[in-house]
Amino acid sequence: MHKHTGTPLVELRDISISFGGIKAVDHVSVDLYPGEVVGLLGHNGAGKSTLIKCLSGAYQKDAGEIMINGQKVEITNPRDARHHNIETIYQTLALADNLNAASNLFLGRELVTAGGFVDEARMEAETRKIMGRLNPNFRKFNVPVSALSGGQRQSVAIARAVYFNAKILIMDEPTAALGPHETQMVAELIGELKKQGLGIFLIEHDIHAVMDLCDRAVVMKNGQRVGCVNVGDVTDDDILGMIIMGKKPPQAY
Amino acid sequence: MTETTKTTIGTDSSAGPITRFLRATEIDTRLLGMFGALLLIWVGFHVYGEVFKGGGSFLTPRNLWNLSVQTASIGIMATGMVLVIITRNIDLSVGAILGVTGMIMGLFQVEWMPQYVGLGSPLIWIFAVLLGITMGALIGAFHGWLIAYRGIPSFIVTLGGLLIWRGAAFLSANGRTISPVDATFQLLGGGPYGSVGAVGSWIVGILACVAILFMLWSGRQSRKRHDFPLRPMWAEIFMAALACGLVIGSVLLVNAYPWPKGILKQQNLPEDAFVSHGFAIPVLIMLAVAILMTILMTKTRFGRYVFAIGGNPEAAALAGINVKWMTLKIFSLMGALAGLSAVVASARLNSATNALGLLDELYVIAAAVIGGTSLAGGVGTIYGAILGAFVMQSLQTGMVLIGFDSALQQIVVGTVLVLAVYLDNIYRAKTK
Repeated sequence: MHKHTGTPLVELRDISISFGGIKAVDHVSVDLYPGEVVGLLGHNGAGKSTLIKCLSGAYQKDAGEIMINGQKVEITNPRDARHHNIETIYQTLALADNLNAASNLFLGRELVTAGGFVDEARMEAETRKIMGRLNPNFRKFNVPVSALSGGQRQSVAIARAVYFNAKILIMDEPTAALGPHETQMVAELIGELKKQGLGIFLIEHDIHAVMDLCDRAVVMKNGQRVGCVNVGDVTDDDILGMIIMGKKPPQAY
Repeated sequence: MTETTKTTIGTDSSAGPITRFLRATEIDTRLLGMFGALLLIWVGFHVYGEVFKGGGSFLTPRNLWNLSVQTASIGIMATGMVLVIITRNIDLSVGAILGVTGMIMGLFQVEWMPQYVGLGSPLIWIFAVLLGITMGALIGAFHGWLIAYRGIPSFIVTLGGLLIWRGAAFLSANGRTISPVDATFQLLGGGPYGSVGAVGSWIVGILACVAILFMLWSGRQSRKRHDFPLRPMWAEIFMAALACGLVIGSVLLVNAYPWPKGILKQQNLPEDAFVSHGFAIPVLIMLAVAILMTILMTKTRFGRYVFAIGGNPEAAALAGINVKWMTLKIFSLMGALAGLSAVVASARLNSATNALGLLDELYVIAAAVIGGTSLAGGVGTIYGAILGAFVMQSLQTGMVLIGFDSALQQIVVGTVLVLAVYLDNIYRAKTK
C-alpha cells in the first residue's frame, strides 16, 4: 500500500544525539513522503521529541545526516529549519502568552512597512484571513493569547505553520491539551493538510489517534528505533507491543 | 464611507456610560489610575502646605519646573530598565555606571581635553557626551555578555557591577570632585540658561500637537484601510483635545516660571523684566528618549522580541530569535542610557563627584515597577516608567517642601513602592 517511490521529502539518516553521556537518540533513521502522516511513538523518554528537535533546529545532532528532497542540509537553528519550510507545532505550544494572536503568528518573521517598522495592521489583517479559514469562530484578535482556550491557542500555532507554507510539518502531541471537539478539529485539519501534499511528523501518545491519522508509524524505545509499520497492516495491539515490549511484528521493517 | 461606519468601537449599549466612554476612547485605565495618583500626590502636598505651613508651594510653576528637571535623570534610566525587567532581568548597576561615566566625562572635559583643543571649545562637550554614552554602552554590553553568554544571573553580575563601578568612580580621581564642567555641557543639566525659553517652548508644544494629530489621523486611516472597527468621531476629537490640551498646558506652565532676579542682573536686564524659563533641556532630552524608546518598543521588531522573550523565552528562541544577543543589546542600551543620565546629572550639579547617582538604581527600578512593569516579565510600558519616575520624584520633593526629615522620607517612599505594586496586582487580577 505504502510502497513509496521517488525521493522522500525528509530523510533522517543514522541520527545520534546524547546528553551528558546518555544516548537520547541512537542511530535512528526515519523518512517522510509528501502527503503522508508518519507517527512517532514511544514511551516518555524514548527519544522521539529529541529526534524531531534535530529536524526543527532546537537541538543539534551529534552524528547522522538530514536530507530534504534528496539534498543533504545542515540545520543548526530554528531559522535554518524555517528556510527549508519546516514548521513545528510544539507540545508546549511555544507561544508568548503576553502577545496577541497576530504577534505570535508572525513572531520572528514580522511584516514590516517600507520604513522598517512593524506593520501591526497588515499582520492583524493577515491573521484574520488565515484564522477565518482555520477556525471561523475565532474572534479574540486583540487580547494576549493567555486569554485563549487550549483549542484557540492550538489554532494560532497551526495557523503559524499553515500561513508560512510549510512543506514539512512537525506536530508534537497537538491534541494533548484539547477537548474532544477541538481534537476533532485538529484531526480534520491534518487530513486537509495531507491532501495539500504536506508531509507531517506526528508525535503522539494516544494509540487511537495514531490509528486514525497516520499512514505509517515509527516506534522508538530507549533512544533506538524498534521498527516501522504501515498502520493499515497492523492492529493497535501490534503497535502497543512494539511500544511496551519493543517486540517487532512480522509486518514491520 | 458607508462601510466604514458599520462597526464602531464602544457602541454596545449594555455597558454603563463610563465603560462605554473608556472603550470608545480606548484609554488605558491603568494610565488613568497613574495620572490620578500623581495628581493626588501633587494636590495632597499642596493642601498640606496650605493648611500646616501657611501656604502651599507644590503646585507652583517654580516647583513643577524643578520637579521636571529633577525627574529627568531617573526618568531616562527608567525607560531602559523597563526593557531589562520585561526580559526577566534586573540591573542594579545603573547608579554606579552613572557615577563612573560621570567621573570620566568630568575628567575628560576639565583635565584632559582643554590642553589640546582649548578651554570652551565646542569639541569638548560633544566628545564628552559621546564618551559618556559610549562608555555606558560598553559597560552595559560587558554585563550583558556575562549574563547571556556566560550564564551568570543578572542580579549577581550587576550587583558586582554596582560595587566595581562605584569603586572605579572613586579611584578615577582619587575621590576628588571635578568642577566646574564645560560651560556648554552645563546647559544639558537645565537652569535658566539651559532652558529653551518661551518661544522655544511654544515651538516644541506646537510640533508635539501636530505630531499627535498626525498620529491619530494616520491610525484612523490604517484602521479604515484594513476594515478594522473605528473609534467614534467624538472619541477621536476628545483624545486629540485632551492630548493637545496637556501639551499646551505644560507649555503655559513652564513659561509661567520667570528667571530669578540674579540672572536678570547678570544679563543686564531690568529687574522687573519677565523672562520665561520654558522647557529645561534635560526634560526635553528625557521626552526625546521616551518617544524614541516608545517607538522602539511598539513599532520595531526589536521591541516585539523584548516582549516575546519576557513572555516565553523558550518560544522566542524556537521562533528563531537570538535571545542571548538580544540580552546583550538590552543591557548595552541600559548602559548607554545610564551614560546619558550621567550627562544630565553631572551637568545639573556643574560637577562630577564619585557619589553621583548613589542609590539611583533603587529609584530607577522603583519607577519602572510603579509604572506597571512586571517583575515576572513580559509586561511594561515606557510612559508608565516616566510617570513612575514622576511619582517617585514628586514624593521626595513634596516631603522636602513640607519639611519631613530624610528618615521619614525613606519610610514613605518604601511604603508607597510596596503599596503601588500591591494595588497593581489587584488591578491586574480584576481586569484579567
